[in-house]
Amino acid sequence: MYRYSDFDAAFVRNRVDQFRAQVERRLDGSLTEDEFKPLRLMNGLYLQLHAYMLRVAIPYGTLNSAQMRQLAMIAERWDKGYGHFTTRQNIQYNWPKLRDVPDMLDALADVGMHAIQTSGNTIRNVTADQFAGAAADEIADPRPVAELLRQWSTDHPEFQFLPRKFKIAITGSPNDRAVTRAHDIGLRMVERDGEPGFEVIVGGGLGRTPMIGKIIREFLPREDLLPYIEAIVSVYNRLGRRDNKYKARIKITVHEHGIEEISQRVEERFAVLRPQFSGVDQELLAMIEAQFAPPIWKTKAEPETPALTAGYRSWIDTNITAHKRADHAIVSVSLKAHGATPGDASAAQMRVLADLAQHYGYDELRISHEQNVILPHVHRADLPAVYAALRAAGLATANIGLASDIIACPGMDYCALATARSIPVAQEIATRFDALKLEHEIGPLKIKISGCINACGHHHVGHIGILGLDRAGVENYQITLGGDGTETATIGERAGPGFAADEIVPAVERLVTAYLDLRASDYETFLQTYRRLGLAPFKAALYPEAVSHAA
Amino acid sequence: MTRRFTPKVVTANDLAEGDVVWLTADDRWTRHIEEAELIEDAGLAELRLLHADSQAHVVVGAYLADATSGPDGPAPLHFREAFRTRGPSNYAHGKQETA
Ligand code: HEM
Ligand code: SF4
Repeated sequence: MYRYSDFDAAFVRNRVDQFRAQVERRLDGSLTEDEFKPLRLMNGLYLQLHAYMLRVAIPYGTLNSAQMRQLAMIAERWDKGYGHFTTRQNIQYNWPKLRDVPDMLDALADVGMHAIQTSGNTIRNVTADQFAGAAADEIADPRPVAELLRQWSTDHPEFQFLPRKFKIAITGSPNDRAVTRAHDIGLRMVERDGEPGFEVIVGGGLGRTPMIGKIIREFLPREDLLPYIEAIVSVYNRLGRRDNKYKARIKITVHEHGIEEISQRVEERFAVLRPQFSGVDQELLAMIEAQFAPPIWKTKAEPETPALTAGYRSWIDTNITAHKRADHAIVSVSLKAHGATPGDASAAQMRVLADLAQHYGYDELRISHEQNVILPHVHRADLPAVYAALRAAGLATANIGLASDIIACPGMDYCALATARSIPVAQEIATRFDALKLEHEIGPLKIKISGCINACGHHHVGHIGILGLDRAGVENYQITLGGDGTETATIGERAGPGFAADEIVPAVERLVTAYLDLRASDYETFLQTYRRLGLAPFKAALYPEAVSHAA
Repeated sequence: MTRRFTPKVVTANDLAEGDVVWLTADDRWTRHIEEAELIEDAGLAELRLLHADSQAHVVVGAYLADATSGPDGPAPLHFREAFRTRGPSNYAHGKQETA
């Protein structure tokens, strides 16, 4: 996998040393908070409700066992023994002390990790399909391109003060698992005449004005990628609104100017930039690609099938995805045990994951935007052993893609911007569906919860989206239906008035019961049923009183 | 008609620890809201906030939060402020850990 070059390593160390000095100067009073805040945000350090929070980048969600062990060590030594994996494929520590943060950053640098540029109006951590390099449906591994984008955007002089933050997502598969249509730029690998290139999508985003990205180029040859992306960012840097932070994202620029005008300006800029790229970027890409070369695959005879327990079978059914090699499998490890906090892993669990990656997984781990951990390459013969180890660590919950595999942002349990809590809602929904023993029958269902309009929990693209609000000093939860974050991306529709904290779980249960009654067959998913029938029957289930009043 | 002033406390986060703190009548920062100064007057509230802002080497992000007089001293009114007196609801971390 990719390793830092010497330049990167020196750069990261340098930043840690600088930050150490800045923390000292803040603590002794020579820096004010106004001066210090941008510096700490550049180093991934936020102040939340109860404590500081350190957000550590995991570029394109890929890490090795040594890095995972170091994350565990940091959690134990300087935090409360756990970490929170987020929808941006990073890890957050919720309880660091200001004085300890430089040491934490040094410990990260020891394993080639950092917290740089996970904040500020810059190009953020590039996110990629969590099954990259492993998925059976993939055209090519998107991570070399993600890494090229990372190197190009890190400290790019022109793009340190964009109108607003800028997020890029990339997938190498036609099946979009990276929510490319809800990013400032989305890149979806496609083929034309046998040549791989990209469908380029621009102006997607969630937040208070959710928008599905528009296609700006149906096919971009691979070698034109950097100049073309640079052209987009540069047009945005010029046109993006700096007068109003709520109108500053590129989605608004695209909305206000129209995709035709943006496209024309981008093409003009691209024509200027293209010749300036001498091909060095392609040489660099070739070097990066060599570092992402697939492992030397184990070949071994499949063992005799062990006596299969129902638990193992169910786990295989839900948590295993087809690998590009028939004798391997992709294992998704659920961080959504029923009733637990979505995305949290204890230090002990992180070590188990590191051990499994080392022994059975070619030393590779991934973090998914759905807040789970992936072992991307496991030989099928090793699946029973992997399952047994996961089970012993409380990591074998068989619920990937099901009702209890909920995305939830930290909400008002941690986040200073929150208007309501989201974690307890996720915990209660998962516990309820577990008690009903219905989730396998319900099948694929994506429930996503955000604790405020910023939509970090992706509620707009949940089949069932839940948004926590403050209604006159009381937590209130609004439901949206029919959202979709894949290649058929859709923003969910608001179902109606919100629900109090003690009404939201029964409301979700009514929706799901209605779906089970309405579906055309056992194979029609919640989303398909919703698309066939529309909002009305679900609304009737959500608000039975309204129906009886109208009758 | 003038609206009745909702009493306030001055609150912030501790610079080094990040923990929630409140301003007391004798200019200390306490970790317990019951020990905070309950300010009943708008003008005084502004003055106390100015004082807090001058404490930038000790606390971060001071603001005035609505509060009421409870049995043990000042108590929060809004649920956000109530959470700040305890900690998160998914683990017994934060203030509730040592309470
Ligand atoms: C202290 C914690 C956090 C703060 C202050 C914060 C702040 C924000 C803000 C202000 C936005 C809206 C940006 C805009 O529309 O211009 C946003 C969007 C977003 N945040 Fe967070 N966030 C936090 C935690 C998280 C976490 C934990 C995750 C992942 C689980 C996350 C993932 C996202 C995502 C995916 C968006 C996407 C919306 C978009 O870009 O359109 N954030 N965040
Ligand atoms: S959606 Fe709101 S509450 Fe949730 S993490 Fe983002 S900013 Fe915080």
